[in-house]
Parts: sequence; structure tokens; C-alpha cells
Amino acid sequence: MFRPKTRYVALPSPRAGVGEEVDRLTCPKCDTSLEPARLTAALGVCYRCGYHFRLRAPERIAMLVEPGSFNEEDQAITAKDVLGFKDSQPYTRRIEQSRATTGANEAVSWGEATLAGHRIVIVCLDFAFMGGSMGAATGEKITNGIERALQGRVPLLIISASGGARMQEGMLSLMQLAKTAAALGRLGAAGIPYISLLTDPTMGGVTASFASLADVIVAEPGAMIGFAGARVIQQATYETLPEGFQTAEFLWQHGMIDLVVPRPELPAVIRQLLDLYTRDGFHSDFELKGQARAAAQAAAHIRP
Amino acid sequence: MTDNGSLAAATWAQVELARHPDRPYALDYIHALFSNFFELHGDRLYGDDHAIIGGPAAFDHRTVMVIAQQKGRTTAERAMRNFGMANPEGYRKALRLIRQAERFQFPIFAFVDTSGAFPGAGAEERGIAWAIAENLVALAQARVPIVTLVIGEGGSGGALGIGVGDRLLMMEHSIYSVAMPEACASILWRDIARKVEAAEALKLTAADLKRMGLADEIVPEPAGGAQTDYGVAADAAGAALRRHLGELEGLDVDQLLEQRYQRYRRIGAS
Repeated sequence: MFRPKTRYVALPSPRAGVGEEVDRLTCPKCDTSLEPARLTAALGVCYRCGYHFRLRAPERIAMLVEPGSFNEEDQAITAKDVLGFKDSQPYTRRIEQSRATTGANEAVSWGEATLAGHRIVIVCLDFAFMGGSMGAATGEKITNGIERALQGRVPLLIISASGGARMQEGMLSLMQLAKTAAALGRLGAAGIPYISLLTDPTMGGVTASFASLADVIVAEPGAMIGFAGARVIQQATYETLPEGFQTAEFLWQHGMIDLVVPRPELPAVIRQLLDLYTRDGFHSDFELKGQARAAAQAAAHIRP
Repeated sequence: MTDNGSLAAATWAQVELARHPDRPYALDYIHALFSNFFELHGDRLYGDDHAIIGGPAAFDHRTVMVIAQQKGRTTAERAMRNFGMANPEGYRKALRLIRQAERFQFPIFAFVDTSGAFPGAGAEERGIAWAIAENLVALAQARVPIVTLVIGEGGSGGALGIGVGDRLLMMEHSIYSVAMPEACASILWRDIARKVEAAEALKLTAADLKRMGLADEIVPEPAGGAQTDYGVAADAAGAALRRHLGELEGLDVDQLLEQRYQRYRRIGAS
């Protein structure tokens, strides 16, 4: 099965320089040579075919929240090699490499921020850090974010991009599924809204825990989302998989997610949801409400 | 024509009006009444059923949860909405929305418009009866006010699957029946041609239900039926929903649930 090479784009952000800089880009879907500046202006969406490039966590957060409003927490928390794990190279070296390339200590960033006047807790995974995999430190940071939303009674937004549980931490990693789910159980019981945004890719234990436990689940077009990967399924069952298997659109048709939302429309859609779930459905900014509605309608184009 | 015959003909005219192809459907009411409807999709189990729609919406500066049965207007939309006949996935999506309404304390507005749940093999395999039954309990126990409005056809268990609540309102020319007249004629007489006779016998008009004490209020429609003026029909519907919700919101939630229980408990009690 054809998979695009991982390519990230840097967006204008208060923390410029964190994202990978690239001189020339070729769209993995339509093979068009893209101008980085134009691609950046298009929020990393191919201006020819609509392919959504992967974003780094800082760019993703900057794209959604009010400038300067994000207060990152737990930046010091970092992965530990408890098992002394070694595959083709030691886990400790993999951690160091990921730290060096991403400038972050873990595969997730979280903090409080404001979005269109709403206080929220935003948790964002970063696929560039060891495939966004969830180890003990990752799970700890995510759970801290959930608990902050619960304590502050503010809505929670989690943006997923992950290959799943982190093999190098064994069962400690698996138990993060249970830990994050238990915390979300409390959040739900307290009536705090949780919006989950699924981006390319969201797989394995992340899908089987916090990513799918939201009140509203939205996904970016074309994002690969699932539990077992296509290769694993084919090797285990010799099944021929249908066209578009495990894409966001496929999941929408199968009742697993609420909406597929093109990236430029995400701020308006998330704002509309926050209005409905926290402000008793009403706000006075009719202009943006119109935009949000237009965005939701535009996103409904995938309806059969 | 005998008296019975002309009575039956008048009832049949009501049935046809309730099914009028130009009648406002759920989304017509929703867009007229709510400013910020956000449709949620999927049952998180198997599929997304377009015969039942729903999601949060703004109503008088508060968020309400809308759950509705939606028929199609064009041939393509009718097919997409399965002629307003929901599969188990539709009821399971509705259940997800009922639970969410409770979690966030959103009152529920249900718009009923279906000839019935989908009579198909797949629906049976996936437990259509179980899906409807579970909703009856969930709605009976949901700790938020629920106002149900029948806008066109209320068909059997398929209607009740989103139709249990604190108030049952009916548009003037809507109908609500244990089975559609065709199905009833087929079951009782094995003769679908006797549908007109069945329609009269079933007592299924809004006026019948009001007389029997099952419907709380008949919402007036513009002369000739709601299809002649969507705006007038929606205004009347909105005013009725607003008034009944206002009454219900004044109640303590335990009192509300007890009243809802008694509402059904007394039906048919000797």
C-alpha cells in the first residue's frame, strides 16, 4: 500500500524555528513541486490537490489558538528507558535523536490557551517525536492535561498524531491507555466537553484509548486512522482491503467520527463547538458564526 | 357514500397530507428554529444513518439537543435517507445524543417523521428492536426535559424510538399510529387495499390523539397544510416548543422524571 513519506511544513508561529525548514517540496499525492511559502500560507495543505501535510505540534497549536495565549506545561517531563530496551539501536539513543530533531522532550505538548475567547486545555501529539508514540511520560502529560481540564472545568481539545503505544516501554506504555481512559471517564462524568481532532496518522493504542473517547470527534481529510495497520491486517488475514480503508472518510462512513474538516476550517468549526458546548449555544459575533456555519457546510461535501 | 365511508375518506385525506411530498421536513424546521445547528454523525459502532439526524443547536440563548427523523426531498436524497426509515445505527446515534444531552444538561427536542423503522434483513441482524427498546429506557430516564413534536408521520416503534418524553406535540395534519394503515390492513386483513378503512379504524390523527389524552397539544398549521407556508408552520412549532420547554424547566429534575413516568404509567390504567 502506498504511503506518503513523512513531510512536515513550518508555519508562521510564535516559536519559529522549531519546525523543519525545507527548500523544496513535492506533494506526495499529486507530485506537484510546491513553493514552501505558498504551502505555508495554505496551512500545509497542497494548493493543487488538497493533500494535508503533517504538522509539528507547535505549528498545529499556533494555527488554532490566539497568538501568545498558549502556556505550555510539563516541558521538563521526558521519557525514561526503564526496560533497558534495544532494537536496532538503544531506546536512549532514539530518545536523544527525537529530542535533537524536534527540540521537545516528549511526543506531546499541552497547556492552557484561549480560542475565540474560550479558555481551553489543548493537548497536541507530535508524530515527529518517535512517531507520536505513547510512552509513560507521554501518557503522564496527557493525563495531566485531562486533569487540568477537570479541575478548571474548561473544555479539552486533544489533537492526535500517533503510531500508537511505544513498544520500547512495553507494558508501562500499554497501561497509559487505561490511565488516559480513566481520566477521561472522570471528565465525562463531570460534564466537561472534550473534542478530539484526529490527524494523519492516528493508530493503535491511541485510537483505542483517548482519541476515540470524545464527545465530538473530527478528523482531517485523508488522515489514516485505525487500530491495526493495513500491513498487519493483510499479513494476518490475507484479506484484500477496500479502497480508502482506514481513511478519515472511510471512518465517517462507518459511523466512527462526526465530521471530516479541511484544515483551514478547523478554527471556525472548533469555535462553533465550544460555543455550543460551553456558552449555551449563543454568542454575539454573528459574522464568525456565519463563517463557522459555512465551514461546516463546506465540510459536509463528503456526504454521500 | 356511507357516513363511515366519508369519515374514512376524511381520515385518509389527513394521512395523505401528513405524507405530502412538499411538507416541511425536520431540517426545514431545524434551520428555521435554530441558529447554530451542528450535526453530529455516527453511532460509533457500525455506521451513520441519514434517516436520523441530530446534534446541538442554539435555541433562545441556550443549547438544546436536536434529534430528528429526516425524509429526503429529491430522489437521490430519498435514497440517501432511506425514505426516513432508520436502521439500528440511527437509533444508536440517537442514544449517543441522548447520553450527551444528559451529560451537558441540554434539553432534548425530538422531531418525529417516519413511516417506521426500516423493515430489512440487515436491520434485523443488527438488532433494530433492541436498539429501539434501549432508547425507550434511555428517554424515560434521561435527566433533562424532552419535548417531542410529530411533524409528519409517526410510524410505530420506529417513531417511539426517539419519541418518549415529557410532552407530545403534534402538527395539526400529522399522524401517529401503532402501524401505518397499509401495514395494519396487511396484518389484519392480508389486504393492503383496505388501508383507508384501516386508517379510520386506527384513530391516528392529531385530533384523535389529543382526544385520547395522548398528545398534549395540536400545533396549528397554515390553511391547507404546513406545505403552503414553512415560515408560519415553523413559527407555530417554535412557539409551542418554547412554551412547553419553559414549563418543564421550572420543574425539579426528580419531579420531572416522576411526571414522565406517570405520564406513561397511567395510559391504559384501569
